[in-house]
Amino acid sequence: MKKISNAKALRRVQDDLKQNYDPNKKLVTICAGTGCRGYGCIKVKEELEAEIAKQKMDVEVRATGCFGFCEKGPLVVVHPEKIFYQQVKIKDVPDIISKTVATGEVLEKLLYRDPQNNETVMREEDVPFYKKQHRLVFGSNGMIDPTRIEDYLIIGGYSALAKALTEMTPEGVISEVKKAGLRGRGGGGFLAGTKWESCRRAPGEPKYVIGNGDEGDPGAYMDRSLMEGNPHSVIEGMIIGAYAIGASEGYIYVRNEYPLAVLHLTMAMASAKEAGLLGKNILGTDFSFDIHINKGGGAFVCGESSALFASIEGRAGEPRAKYIHAVEKGLWDKPTCLNNVETWANVPIIINQGAQSYASVGTEGSKGTKIFSLVGKINNTGLIEVPMGMTLREIIYDMGGGIPKGRKFKAVQTGGPSGGCIPESLLDLPVDFDKLYEVGSMMGSGGMIVMDDRSCMVDVAKYFLGFLQEESCGKCIPCREGVRRMHEILEDICAGKGKEGDVELLEHISTGVADGSLCALGGSAPNPVLSTIKYFREEYEAHIKNHRCPAGVCKALITYSINPDKCTGCGLCIKVCPTQATSGEKKKPHAINNDLCTRCGACIESCKFDAITVE
Amino acid sequence: MSKVSDTKLKTKQIVKKHRGDKSALIAVLQDIQEAFNYLPKDALTVTGKALGIPISRVYEVATFYNAFSLKPRGEHIVKICMGTACHVRGASAIQDKMERTLCIKPGETTADKKFSLETVNCVGACALGPVVVIDTEYHGQVTMAKVDKIIGKLKEGAQQS
Repeated sequence: MKKISNAKALRRVQDDLKQNYDPNKKLVTICAGTGCRGYGCIKVKEELEAEIAKQKMDVEVRATGCFGFCEKGPLVVVHPEKIFYQQVKIKDVPDIISKTVATGEVLEKLLYRDPQNNETVMREEDVPFYKKQHRLVFGSNGMIDPTRIEDYLIIGGYSALAKALTEMTPEGVISEVKKAGLRGRGGGGFLAGTKWESCRRAPGEPKYVIGNGDEGDPGAYMDRSLMEGNPHSVIEGMIIGAYAIGASEGYIYVRNEYPLAVLHLTMAMASAKEAGLLGKNILGTDFSFDIHINKGGGAFVCGESSALFASIEGRAGEPRAKYIHAVEKGLWDKPTCLNNVETWANVPIIINQGAQSYASVGTEGSKGTKIFSLVGKINNTGLIEVPMGMTLREIIYDMGGGIPKGRKFKAVQTGGPSGGCIPESLLDLPVDFDKLYEVGSMMGSGGMIVMDDRSCMVDVAKYFLGFLQEESCGKCIPCREGVRRMHEILEDICAGKGKEGDVELLEHISTGVADGSLCALGGSAPNPVLSTIKYFREEYEAHIKNHRCPAGVCKALITYSINPDKCTGCGLCIKVCPTQATSGEKKKPHAINNDLCTRCGACIESCKFDAITVE
Repeated sequence: MSKVSDTKLKTKQIVKKHRGDKSALIAVLQDIQEAFNYLPKDALTVTGKALGIPISRVYEVATFYNAFSLKPRGEHIVKICMGTACHVRGASAIQDKMERTLCIKPGETTADKKFSLETVNCVGACALGPVVVIDTEYHGQVTMAKVDKIIGKLKEGAQQS
């Protein structure tokens, strides 16, 4: 792309792109997010292109960012009619091209079918999963090819940057972001504008801005989809932030596990530079700013700001004490402003819409929208973007479609390893930063893991503590040793060796770990334990006093048996059992020898008659 | 050229690519791992000398970050996702099954050097859980039966080549 020399020229480029774009032209978009790639969408895309070539048609096939409805991938939309197809397979491609694209015929079998009334839905926006969403940040993902800057420019991309650079002072930008009430989307929920202001005022040059894409919370992947699907929105937000703060250099720190995000960000940065939107004298102004990309090394703690700085500096990611603020002494001991990539992606929207309009969405203390990854034991897994303040019930039942196989909802875990489990009695809680904190959990980066009655809360607590014990950098003892001891106690409880007083001991150690750790990893490490004790104490007691795991998860406390009324004697469980614990004659009910059984679950997976009971 | 000097030469080229910048240590190690599939001892020594960083520091970084391996790894890297979404959908049963199938524990490599088994905290493909990533390919909604199929296919492929 030719260099864009000023704000006016940017508008001209955008107008030209719009004029040359025919909205009635046939276009097939296919979601190329991680989920759909896992389902093989790239092969479907190649097949679509091959079929179009074969039929000598003039139709564009565009691989876009993540649509969000990962449960039903691969997802395809035929434009301009916007016919939404789900679970598209290679064998469906000829019909899509020769029927839907060529003649507009809708293929019923590929439409989403609402399980509530068994009716098909033709348009994406009418699918219950999308209906209540407010896709402010995520909305353009489904139209943009993230490798083409033109696709971002045509929807008004970089207009906010032009507006900030030519019509606003740095202070004006900060005041707008402050008025918008934007809070950090990475977990802390700190007011972004206030942070920017402190960084701008801090003495010392140069100043740095950082995009935190080290999405470490297990069960959360919205940052990934944002960096992969709309990288320019993150970059534009960072450039505006740098202008406001007075920074000349920036870094985006991306998880090692996200190679596609690194690729798309790198490509986006190169094209933005070529277009004069990044680098020296942006849009012909005096303002210059450059961004580097750093890949993480697979350490969860590096999502913590001071550990992340250490990692960029090429050292082991150990956090430091927080009495020195990053906005004063951050990266290389220079004033540094770090925000999560989703926070940065909100910035262009605020500048374009104005603070007032932005702040009209959300709750008193939490403005705008939040992207959540809705996963676990839920029918519609995927990424949703909702206004702050929507209730958990709406999210889990209206969008998520409830719990699979008609099982009972038990808890939803938010906030990653620093968060907590929220029980059914709090389902009407409006989700925002403060409300989640009040009930002993937190927003975190936006993971929402739904659990049903077959999820054991003690096992979940053990899982998180095991995770944190491994990820603790080891610098301070309360975290390194305390979390380890807590994990040991939980392991004992799950193994049936729990003792009277263990729960109280866990609570006691929690206080020490929370108060004595330097960084948020240790400070919030007890949350998964405390919140499960608070809401599910009876489950701990069942493990300790009755040696029972009510959810049927903890191997030492459960036994498998075969229900003779359901068993048809098909022999499958005998075939799959690794320890020869199952036996029986053909066509007669089988039995399990519990001395040999390791509770691996292979028989349950293989049984087609649901004949194996766990108690 | 001997193997040792080949390692050293390649490492020097990688350090040069990063302009001998001390802060690029992690990126240098990432490139070395990509080139050799692990971090050979000679490469670490050369890196330390070329960047002016004591070997103890290089070792600290190489062992701090999970992504690095000081041991040679197999031809295929099998990563089992241990994220929360995968955990509640039975990832540990998949891990047990994978351990039985490959006869190794996480962090180990099969005797024929075909497979290395690793666990990862979350690969960010939570909708597909439980997820197993082999090399760069994502396998979603993995069941115990599927483990046999996936590994069987890779073993077959190895025999044919």
